[in-house]
Amino acid sequence: MISSNFSTIDGNEAAAYIAYKLSEVIAIYPITPSSGMGELSDVWSSLRKPNIWGTVPVVQEMQSEGGAAGAVHGALQTGSLTTTFTASQGLLLMIPNMYKIAGELTPTVFHVSARALSAQALSIFGDHSDVMAIRQTGFAMLCSNSVQEVMDTALIAHAATLESRIPFIHFFDGFRTSHEVSKIEMVPEEIIREMIDVKLITGHRQRALSPDNPFIRGTAQNPDVYFQGRETVNKFYDNCPAIVQSNMDKFFKLTGRRYNLFDYYGAPDAERIIIMMGSGAETVEETIDYLKSTGDQKVGVLKVRLFRPFSIRHFINTLPKSVKKIAVLDRTKEPGASGEPLYKDIVSAICEVMTSDNPPFEKYPHITGGRYGLSSKEFTPAMVMGIYEELKKDKPKNHFTIGINDDVTFTSLKYNKTFTKENDSVFRAMFYGLGADGTVGANKNTIKIIGEETDNYCQGYFVYDSKKSGSTTISHLRFGSNPIKSSYLIGSSNFVGCHQFNFLEKFDMLKNIVEGGTFLLNSPYGKSEIWDKLPRLVQEDIIDKKINFYAIDAYKVAKETGMGSRMNTILQTCFFAISGVLPKDEAIEKIKHSIKKTYGAKGDEIVNKNFNAVDKTLENLFKVEIPDKASSKIELPPIVSLDSPDYVKNVLAKMISGNGDEVSVSEMPIDGTFASGTAQWEKRNIALQIPEWDEKICIQCGKCAMICPHSTIRIKTYDKKYLENAPAGFKYMQAKGKEFGEDTLYSIQVAPEDCTGCTLCYEICPVKNKSEVRLKALNMVPQLPVKEKEKTNWKFFSELPEYDRTKLNIGSIKDSQILQPLFEFSGACSGCGETPYIKLATQLFGDRMIIANATGCSSIYGGNLPTTPYTINIDGKGPAWNNSLFEDNAEFGMGMRLSIDKHYEYAAELLITLSYYLGEVFVTEILHAPQNTELEILQQRERISLLKEKLRGIHSRDSELLLGIADYLVRKSVWIIGGDGWAYDIGYGGLDHVLASGKNVNILVLDTEVYSNTGGQMSKSTGIGAVAKFATSGKANPKKDLGLLAMSYGNVYVARIAMGANDLQTLKAFLEAEAYDGPSLIIAYSHCIAHGINMEKALDSQKAAVDSGYWQLFRYNPDLIKEGQSPFKLDSKPPKIKFEDYAYKETRYKMLTKSHPEHAKYLLKLAQEEVNKRWKHYEKLEQEFAPEKDSKNKN
Amino acid sequence: MDLTTKYMGLNLKNPIVPSASPLSKNLDSVKQLEDAGAAAIVCYSLFEEQITHEANELDHYLAHGTHSFAEALTYFPDVEDYNLGPEDYLRHITRMKESVHIPVIGSLNGVSTGGWIKYAKLIEQAGADGIELNVYYIPTDINLPGYEVENMYIDILKAVKESVNIPVAIKLSPYFSSFANMAKRLDEAGADAIVMFNRFYQPDFDLDNLEIVPHLLLSSSYEMRVPLRWIAILYRKIHASMAATSGIHSAEDVIKIMMAGGDAAMMCSDLLRHGPIRITEVLSDLMAWMQEKEYESISQMKGSMSQKSVAEPAAFERANYMKVLNSYKI
Repeated sequence: MISSNFSTIDGNEAAAYIAYKLSEVIAIYPITPSSGMGELSDVWSSLRKPNIWGTVPVVQEMQSEGGAAGAVHGALQTGSLTTTFTASQGLLLMIPNMYKIAGELTPTVFHVSARALSAQALSIFGDHSDVMAIRQTGFAMLCSNSVQEVMDTALIAHAATLESRIPFIHFFDGFRTSHEVSKIEMVPEEIIREMIDVKLITGHRQRALSPDNPFIRGTAQNPDVYFQGRETVNKFYDNCPAIVQSNMDKFFKLTGRRYNLFDYYGAPDAERIIIMMGSGAETVEETIDYLKSTGDQKVGVLKVRLFRPFSIRHFINTLPKSVKKIAVLDRTKEPGASGEPLYKDIVSAICEVMTSDNPPFEKYPHITGGRYGLSSKEFTPAMVMGIYEELKKDKPKNHFTIGINDDVTFTSLKYNKTFTKENDSVFRAMFYGLGADGTVGANKNTIKIIGEETDNYCQGYFVYDSKKSGSTTISHLRFGSNPIKSSYLIGSSNFVGCHQFNFLEKFDMLKNIVEGGTFLLNSPYGKSEIWDKLPRLVQEDIIDKKINFYAIDAYKVAKETGMGSRMNTILQTCFFAISGVLPKDEAIEKIKHSIKKTYGAKGDEIVNKNFNAVDKTLENLFKVEIPDKASSKIELPPIVSLDSPDYVKNVLAKMISGNGDEVSVSEMPIDGTFASGTAQWEKRNIALQIPEWDEKICIQCGKCAMICPHSTIRIKTYDKKYLENAPAGFKYMQAKGKEFGEDTLYSIQVAPEDCTGCTLCYEICPVKNKSEVRLKALNMVPQLPVKEKEKTNWKFFSELPEYDRTKLNIGSIKDSQILQPLFEFSGACSGCGETPYIKLATQLFGDRMIIANATGCSSIYGGNLPTTPYTINIDGKGPAWNNSLFEDNAEFGMGMRLSIDKHYEYAAELLITLSYYLGEVFVTEILHAPQNTELEILQQRERISLLKEKLRGIHSRDSELLLGIADYLVRKSVWIIGGDGWAYDIGYGGLDHVLASGKNVNILVLDTEVYSNTGGQMSKSTGIGAVAKFATSGKANPKKDLGLLAMSYGNVYVARIAMGANDLQTLKAFLEAEAYDGPSLIIAYSHCIAHGINMEKALDSQKAAVDSGYWQLFRYNPDLIKEGQSPFKLDSKPPKIKFEDYAYKETRYKMLTKSHPEHAKYLLKLAQEEVNKRWKHYEKLEQEFAPEKDSKNKN
Repeated sequence: MDLTTKYMGLNLKNPIVPSASPLSKNLDSVKQLEDAGAAAIVCYSLFEEQITHEANELDHYLAHGTHSFAEALTYFPDVEDYNLGPEDYLRHITRMKESVHIPVIGSLNGVSTGGWIKYAKLIEQAGADGIELNVYYIPTDINLPGYEVENMYIDILKAVKESVNIPVAIKLSPYFSSFANMAKRLDEAGADAIVMFNRFYQPDFDLDNLEIVPHLLLSSSYEMRVPLRWIAILYRKIHASMAATSGIHSAEDVIKIMMAGGDAAMMCSDLLRHGPIRITEVLSDLMAWMQEKEYESISQMKGSMSQKSVAEPAAFERANYMKVLNSYKI
């Protein structure tokens, strides 16, 4: 055996490590939670790391998983060792090719971090829904249950596929295993080499397509032979299990780690046995050990590793003959099926052997099936005990669920929720932090230090909320002398770190701490005042549980040591200083060593800064004296306002407070439908500073409200009579403009608890205070001192009536911003560049808008629970929103259009049919009413309201049918919204088709030039020279010109906009696009956190993009052709600055000068040439597109 | 005619040295400077802020927003190695050395004794013949006494001197309570040359946008009178060489500096205006003047009009001030 080599990595890295070393071609596409595997491969490839045969694998990002599967198929057919990584919908998109690959007996391994599928909702979290949807494709399926197993099984899969010629899916639980950081024994290259027989590779090459040895594969077969052809593969499937087993045996000989097709753990004479796949089996093993210690001996677990081909023989041989009751656990749901897949396999396997000549069991074992762990739902020892308890019953419940409360169909098993089981020899630590404060980074580093510098095993798992700004993270760390099997969150913790003081009022974080445990609090309060600032509940817990309480003002230390707002090094040092995991001095030395390792590449300055932070931490950390009694009067505030609707108070509030697991089935909507406008109830208070209005110098331009990404700056004009009950200090001024009367007042108000403090409003404000030029009409002030005052003002402001839309000139920025946004308080990143566009659309058209939203950032901040931002106006009207998938969004939106048009057509037909009763004049009026202006739409709404009244008095089938669709006689605005990953890549085919259809849809592309939601992977929108994931060495090709492609149709409205550079052009584009009776495409420059920019100065980036000529602003309006004008108008001025002056202000471009300086120069030159070339082209377009003079004369 | 001079221990073929400017950023113009007759070249500056800022910036933006959201734990590929710090600059120094035969002086611009001092050593290793240490510091802290500012200069100089074996010049501003004493202290701390003076680019106000804007004005000839005076005063009172920079635009300016006691006359603004060829013109004017006035060598005129050598030493002192005021007739 070769000497041990341990590393602390996550499941994705474990899989990628093997896959990379054994592949020549890797075709990928990002999808959570598998993206990490592709990203690592891409980085390794860019660093020219070779595979085990000394050549560097080619890593190619494709436009979709369907594309990746096609590329894999092609590479395999031409004899390359090929792999891919995917999950969830991605795996589903690969299905057609998987049939082909399997049908052609082609060896490959797809590594899958198994994830839930979109059904009633999307979920990025782990379960087996995806892999269970491909079990019919002919791929073998091999499952890993832990990070170590991922590495080991990956290798076994690669070896077995070559030998068996059956392609493999190697899968493991998304997030729980793919993202768990664990100390594992690496498989050295020698062993990898040993496991792979080169002759098998030669065989694969010889079967490849080659004109030097030509043949044809992929024929079409007729009824006479297709069936027989399908049966030819049987013997390969028959042989496959034995081949896998022999590779497992070989692996055991080489490493000492034993795997079997089915592994059994527990009493040899067990009577109650759980059968399952995945990480949950580790938890069952742990629970079995515990039960053993309590005297409950006759239990066991059978872990299925090779799920396909399913070897009944191996299965029966592994199952103890003593078994009486079996619970088969599936981490998936098949509605309507007689049972979930693994359950049915086990039932049929047992049935087959029990009806054979030689039944292995004396009595038919009782088999029940159950579902657990969907979408990473926790699966804990308590649940395992609940299942074993159930199996004690004479008639255990079948088709049960565990881990939820099903109070509708009562499938759920009861279990003791308060039971926690933790191994006392394992040190457990939990940390509550903010995404932005570096908590997770610190903990990942801590695990690495302990994993790599000590003999301890370790495990780290990280829980994030679904907001992109002010998000909370909870880290779960375990350390111990044996491998850690606990694949669930920490139930009781030796150490709790609270890295944000205000969390004390949000989370009951000491509920998990053990008696005598250690609590670390990051506190702005010093020794003398800290105790009095704690909520009563926290004080009581500290006293009752005899907690060792330490505190530090980490923000102060961070500021003093130049660390900014990142406290990772500081809090990590605190942990080591007081947890006792390692001797203090040794720990500090190791932290410094690790700092050197982590930051060495970024220069001495960074290293020294961190060293300094370590030293200063030790000086500032203090232990708090604990009084005998709790004295605090601070109580935990309610989670949501008492004014909120019942559903928010009773259900959504549980999710907000981190107790969503308590929501029962009956509390969830049956079809994924939720009320609009719930984000307003989740007061997150994440801003440290918020804007304050100076009405004395405001010029009422409206720019602040327009740019506000979270709709927290609001403008209203209203009659002065409403001021009567205004709270003291509520600010207002006379409204400017002819459209307002003398009695009209104007107010700008901030929503103080919803603002994220991004400062874009301050940045865009064009006014300067004449006495102190740093002050503008909006100035950032600390939130806390003004919070209560502004809360009162906000409440009053919210209750002021909205101004009559029909009286506003919505073509001006100023008036457009008086319109109510119907998209408010999203969880998007602070300073998001996308949301201002969406908000604007809802202001202009929200009351008649239907949105098809591609999966991505906009679907997450638009529709991720617990609360959502699309809301309604006083009349109950607002955007109707749905997210279908990533790839089909244009088609999804077009379907909506077709349906709405059909409704209109049928309603019109019914109107005519019913005109006798309704009055012909009235019907004609409805059918011919113009609906172009706010007033005309309002008038049509009134007509329809009258129509409905009339219809209710007519009792006929037609009147009833018309009542159901009468609202569609009012114009509806269909919006198809998504990012560049969708529009340029995965959804381009559909987008193109929809553009070509001529249908009246409005397509808004929020162009961040990368896949922002999955962490910044390259798309075809990425600019040349920009670094992105999958473009580590800078993107080599220019950005696709989507606008030009769309303009080539001639009948598509196209605009390219950048709100931060030209807001009026943006507004015009939205109005024109919506007014155009045909397809419209708006490509909107969206600055993004993935650009590596100062988000506060993001508008400068937008301006620079335009000023450099890189982002040409234009509008192409086919309606103008009818007027004899050129449809094309270039709204940008000629380039004022060099591309470099724009690009090198952004890390995405700049970092290439640091990582690949020479290449950066080369790409910069190409980029500038491309800008010049495109600009020249665009300059000519107005003339090129101008209609012939003849047509002008006709007008 | 002998135009040679010795500056910071380096033998120069004439006194004209282009000071740190964008002209040294590309090798073509470096070569042109040499061809035009430059006696040495001060390379553009490597800024302390540039080194630390770039590292901090990269660290900040690569980490910004990471580990906050389950789907996007990071936003950039994990590149293991970055070419941070002065690599580009050092490579440029080496290339300059390879392409010209005249001495190349590296320029290090900063205000602290932090880690960046080590780049002096690297500049030496890259092949520079000397280092010009440019301390550009605006003491805005009202609690900071002048002696601490002076000490800071001395500390930086000492730190650099200790780390290298090549000569070190220090370039600074004239804004000291007692510049003569300051020069003496720098001299004692080991400065091989004092470069007089740094031009402070004073910010301007943009009245349309109510913003402070940087405003680079190229120097004019009269600005050389400040170094002229101080060189004249310090001549023979310190051991370090002296160079004048700011406002040297003509042969006359060069001659004046030499006569005051300077060892080198540094040109920048005029070269930016007219190109490297200006050096050739100045040199030719210089030689014509010397010929006409029958000067044999630069060393002959060096210091000839220093405070020590003139009949009226008070002309460099308060008396000159009175004279100037009285000379203005309404």
